[in-house]
Amino acid sequence: MADISLSDAPQSVVSIQSAYMAQVQRRRLYGGLTLLIFVVLMVSGFNVAEDRNAGGFWDGLHQIGDYPADVLSEAWEKRADLPGLIAKYFPALVETVNIAAVSTLIGAIGGLFLSLLGTRGLALWPRLIPLFRRISDIMRAVPEIVIALVLIFVLGGGPVPAMIAIAIHTAGALGKMFSEVAENADLKPVEGLASTGATWSQRMLLGVLPQVAPNYVSYTLLRFEINIRASAILGFVGAGGLGYELRNSMAWGPGRFDEAAAIFILLFGTIVFFDQVSSRYRNRLAEGQSQ
Amino acid sequence: MTAVDLDATKFEAEKLFQRKRMIGFAVPAVIAVYFVYIFFAFDLPGLAGRASLDNAVTLASDSWSHKVHVTRDNRSGEITYAVEGERKGAYPDGMRPDWISGEETITIDLGGDHIVRYLSDNRTEIEIPGFQLIEVQAEGRSLTANLPDDLPDWISASGRRIGITTPEGRITLTGARTEVFNYFPGWELFWFTLDSPYHGQGLGALLFGERLDPGRLNISGAISDWWNNAMWRHKDVAWAIGETILMAFLGTMGAAIIALPLAFLAAKRFSPLMLLRAATRRLFDFVRGVDALIWTVVLARAFGPGPLTGALAILITDTGTFGKIFSEALENVDQRQIEGVSSTGAKPLQRYRFGVIPQVVPVLLAQILYFLESNTRSATIIGAITGGGIGLMLTQAIQTQKDWEEVAYYIVLIIAMVMFMDWFSGWLRGKLIGRKD
Repeated sequence: MADISLSDAPQSVVSIQSAYMAQVQRRRLYGGLTLLIFVVLMVSGFNVAEDRNAGGFWDGLHQIGDYPADVLSEAWEKRADLPGLIAKYFPALVETVNIAAVSTLIGAIGGLFLSLLGTRGLALWPRLIPLFRRISDIMRAVPEIVIALVLIFVLGGGPVPAMIAIAIHTAGALGKMFSEVAENADLKPVEGLASTGATWSQRMLLGVLPQVAPNYVSYTLLRFEINIRASAILGFVGAGGLGYELRNSMAWGPGRFDEAAAIFILLFGTIVFFDQVSSRYRNRLAEGQSQ
Repeated sequence: MTAVDLDATKFEAEKLFQRKRMIGFAVPAVIAVYFVYIFFAFDLPGLAGRASLDNAVTLASDSWSHKVHVTRDNRSGEITYAVEGERKGAYPDGMRPDWISGEETITIDLGGDHIVRYLSDNRTEIEIPGFQLIEVQAEGRSLTANLPDDLPDWISASGRRIGITTPEGRITLTGARTEVFNYFPGWELFWFTLDSPYHGQGLGALLFGERLDPGRLNISGAISDWWNNAMWRHKDVAWAIGETILMAFLGTMGAAIIALPLAFLAAKRFSPLMLLRAATRRLFDFVRGVDALIWTVVLARAFGPGPLTGALAILITDTGTFGKIFSEALENVDQRQIEGVSSTGAKPLQRYRFGVIPQVVPVLLAQILYFLESNTRSATIIGAITGGGIGLMLTQAIQTQKDWEEVAYYIVLIIAMVMFMDWFSGWLRGKLIGRKD
């Protein structure tokens, strides 16, 4: 290799330069083409979306503020009632947070097993690794709303369908993230434990979990943030909690905007509060790891 | 090390062990207590009362089977045959399933020696093996039947309505109409409805057989009849899936385009003004905190239901998320590359273009593509609220509470769509920034 380029050296400066220029030009062409395709996709996509929407984009744009303004002005007029309304909807808020917390816990436990059973080197039954991976892929792919709607039909409205739906999705999503972490775990402690005759559960509990726990907890907290939002949205389609109350108060329209405002405030406050708390803990976990 | 030191260290170590042991027991205990609380807070004991087992059975059996309704209108005496009892699944005049025979007396053979006869003058005979011959006469709004006083649990009867459920099919009788439901496995009319000339033809006949409809080529006619199938609405379903993916695409990409310049304002290194930086960050926190649900509700008032509203809701929420992620990526940029570029006399814009962007692009692309996949799922949910895409079709199908085979079809499609987007975004990531390992 080396002597070939040496023998070509004298005349190669020009050819290198031209080759480089050609490469740059080709790159620019490809880059430009990609950009062009992207722009065409965006513009035509926007046009299709606007076409199929009930109201147009430009007509709607100056109406964006109307609804929030209506809600806020009515809520401001009745601001004396607001603390009372917030107290009234607090139980619904607790339900929403509970749905998120339980489903995160159940999902994390499920994801833990899926990840350990689906990771090479750790799995209890190495032959079944693809099976557990596919299970976790499918659980991750199912949007919560699908399971929630079906379960609402069978179990009736309330928090349980939402809880199950979010837990299933969480187990799949965490299963994948957990197993990425578990793949990088050091296997020496596991081998050491195996040499003492430890069972599979002992090997996992004492050999793997201490290594991966900070990452697992961090991902679980992140999921908890996501699940609070999901549980509010599922409430809107009939699964109890704050979203359900929001839909009811919105269905009333003007006159009940103070209730909608109270729910907006509660929801916003909750999401921001839990985001802050969880991101603080996640930062602490990340720092603890890097030390 | 002296003995005293050793003792102290041992004491410390024992305290540490004790604390760890405490935590080891306390965490599962707290979780268990919380589950007990939830058990009662979510009223799980009362769930059995609220759950409807009938609904579960209907759902489980209907999602993979179909039923053919044989209906007699007791006022006009007219008899109709229809798949799922829907007008668009009705048999055309002169056509009927082959398990029905007779002209004056219509004999319906449900299989397993279960036979129903529609006689003249609104009389009905039902033969069920191991049970007496049931005779029912409909008059005006009431029914008279020769049923015994102690009914088995598969018959429910009152003066107005009689319902019989057998393993072979279901029969309901009221004064106004008599109906028989015969169950078959499979999704009926998935390819062609009964009024299409291609119904019941094999693939070979469609490809190589004689022309079934003189006006059209077999293959193009078959595709157009399938595409416009009134029962399964393949065209609408395809559009709905397209809308859902479109919402995710427009929302994600739009958010990325808006968030990138804003992220520079929020990054400590590129934004000299503390106030501007703080303001941008609070803006990101605000749009993220308001959440897609509230944005959807607010935007639906301004733009009406449809995919544009969903796309904008995703766009606004994700602008906050992207802004946060991008600005964090920008703060971790390596200063040396920027210095290197500026040492060649590059202007500020060129410094950004060649010093900063190449460093952050892999991170940004990975995030954008990951969100594209996750937003496909969000778009399904948002579509159910704003009224657009496959999410809406699924909610509607579930709310009618009878088209469970369509619900099953949509669920399969949604899962396939999300898995496709997952694979696609992974593939694109591999193409654009290389595989991880």
